[in-house]
Amino acid sequence: MHSVGAKPGSAPAAGTARALLCIESLTKRFGDFAAVDRLSLDIRDGEFFALLGPSGCGKTTLLRLVAGFERPHAGRILLDGVDLAAVPPHRRPVNMMFQNYALFPHLSVEANVAFGLKQEGLPRDEIAGRVADMLALVKLQHFAARKPHQLSGGERSRVALARCLVKRPRLLLLDEPLAALDKKLRDATRFELMALQRQLGLTFVIVTHDQGEAMIVADRIGVMESGRLLQVGAPAEIYERPNSRWVADFVGEVNLFAGRLGDDRLSVEGTAAGRLRLAAPVAAEPRTTLWVAVRPERLRLSGDQPAAGEENCVAGTVAEIGYLGDVSVYRVRLADGSLVKAAAANSGGAPAPRPDEPVYLRFAPDAAIVLTR
Amino acid sequence: MRRVTAFNLFAIVLGIVFLYLPIVILVIYSFNASRLVAVWGGWSTRWYGELAGDAAILDAASISLRVALVAASLATLLGTLAAVALVRFGRFRGRLLFASMIYAPLVMPEVITGLSLLLLFVALAIERGFWTVVIAHTTMAACFVTVIVQSRLVDFDMSLEEAAMDLGAPPLRTFLTVTLPLILPALAAAWMLAFALSLDDLVIASFTTGPGATTLPIRIYSEVRLGVKPEINAVCSIFIAVVCIAVLAASLAAKLTAARGAPTRLRTGDLSRLDAG
Ligand SMILES: Nc1ncnc2c1ncn2[C@@H]1O[C@H](COP(=O)(O)OP(=O)(O)O)[C@@H](O)[C@H]1O
Ligand SMILES: [Mg+2]
Repeated sequence: MHSVGAKPGSAPAAGTARALLCIESLTKRFGDFAAVDRLSLDIRDGEFFALLGPSGCGKTTLLRLVAGFERPHAGRILLDGVDLAAVPPHRRPVNMMFQNYALFPHLSVEANVAFGLKQEGLPRDEIAGRVADMLALVKLQHFAARKPHQLSGGERSRVALARCLVKRPRLLLLDEPLAALDKKLRDATRFELMALQRQLGLTFVIVTHDQGEAMIVADRIGVMESGRLLQVGAPAEIYERPNSRWVADFVGEVNLFAGRLGDDRLSVEGTAAGRLRLAAPVAAEPRTTLWVAVRPERLRLSGDQPAAGEENCVAGTVAEIGYLGDVSVYRVRLADGSLVKAAAANSGGAPAPRPDEPVYLRFAPDAAIVLTR
Repeated sequence: MRRVTAFNLFAIVLGIVFLYLPIVILVIYSFNASRLVAVWGGWSTRWYGELAGDAAILDAASISLRVALVAASLATLLGTLAAVALVRFGRFRGRLLFASMIYAPLVMPEVITGLSLLLLFVALAIERGFWTVVIAHTTMAACFVTVIVQSRLVDFDMSLEEAAMDLGAPPLRTFLTVTLPLILPALAAAWMLAFALSLDDLVIASFTTGPGATTLPIRIYSEVRLGVKPEINAVCSIFIAVVCIAVLAASLAAKLTAARGAPTRLRTGDLSRLDAG
């Protein structure tokens, strides 16, 4: 597997790193309903992995299976090659940061962080030293004596994180660690998380339903839906080469045009945008149904008439404009009534199109993502 | 904030008068100098002094207190275990039967509980005395404990226990270091209730007691049948004081726990639920 746009300082070149956690065909059912359905996944040592999926797709259940709070109906979980099936939660070298943080309300911040080390039976001074270091690392040294209910949401999340990190787990599972924070704090905490992960050289698996968050923090993303993994890859790979309509639609915005493959295998015919030209031939039978996906930011919007014989140019009228400051999002109505989203940077230059104006949308053949399912 | 209106002020006053007027009268009459119960002869602490010399009453009080202490502790232990089983083990075989068997004593007439225990002790040829009363009171009070502790466990955040295990605490240590401190106010309330139930029980105790184990309510009842003596008023006043102090201590303990950061308080709901039983 090739890695696209690896982050600086991230895990060693993809493919060479050893798998720390191997999940093999794991199934967990609640009654008849499979919350995790024959799911296989390898997590590499030292990577920051994001599990991305809509609410209810089984992300938390997967983490709870790894942490040992749920028993799988089928499949195996191996950590460093050791099957975890018979290992109870308190003996697994895995720690989990809970979605609601689960801080102990009757213990101070310091005692919360020390709790895990006490279970290991370490000497008192070592515990005190490591707790103090950890509190300094997450900038909570002045809150050591407080109780969780005397902290703000952001501080609480840092206590929860410190409580796991101080154990130096082989693998840290984070269940939507940022979901309860407001936007500014979320952005700041996100970068703190990335810095901590790099600094400590740990393996993180973060669960999120926010695709922007997954793209920012993760070395690799696994897209989950209805208990299954649809695609695993680097953020750029998932975004630029989604393997299905569902992934393309869930990760970012996308316009989908259904059509049939042309005889030359280099074009798609009969779409709402007419005949679309592709950059490379598709390995499928001509006339099979497939979909062309184009990201809004890859569509160029202007009032310029197409040249004779120009391809990948669609006429429409502006239906709606959403002004976001740095960019504007246009909804353009095509001849058949369907709506297409296009995004344009507000960087001055040509006057922006106005509602009900006729416009043309153009895209380069390499902006077209061909999807067969 | 709720507004104090003339109506709810009236309701509160009426309620308090209804509940406490008889008790206040009793306490006042315990300081009556006259030997005649219905005649006010001025203030005096004479009957409290005479009480100190009444060996039978003092003996009964001491037995009652010891029975209540032991029975309340045993009932709290057993009732808590039953509550944990009901809340935590999910659906086990026979859960419904187990639950109804635990709740049955709540609605069972005391006469029947007492009689059946008596028959049991007789059948097993167990000599009746202190320990048979303790066993009977434990049986009776354990179900009240279960109800209180169960209502606390039901809304106990399970992720706290999971977090403790995740951090390396084995199940028993998790219970002792995380669950127990957090449900302690409920346990204190349950213990208090069990203590009070045992202390004032007359019916079950009269069925299951034996020679040398006359509890205070039995002694008072038998003496009152021969006419109310002023000493009895004094005993009852002390009784009331002990219960008041215990209840205050329990609610203070609950407050302190809450101030230490536990979000759990003694909730009136825990106790009001019992009124149905
Ligand atoms: N203990 C449970 N009992 C029954 N169903 C459950 C239980 N836990 C989770 N589920 C179901 O499994 C599915 C996945 O849940 P979850 O893993 O929490 O999703 P996510 O974290 O992705 O939002 C949901 O449909 C949820 O209702
Ligand atoms: Mg979840």
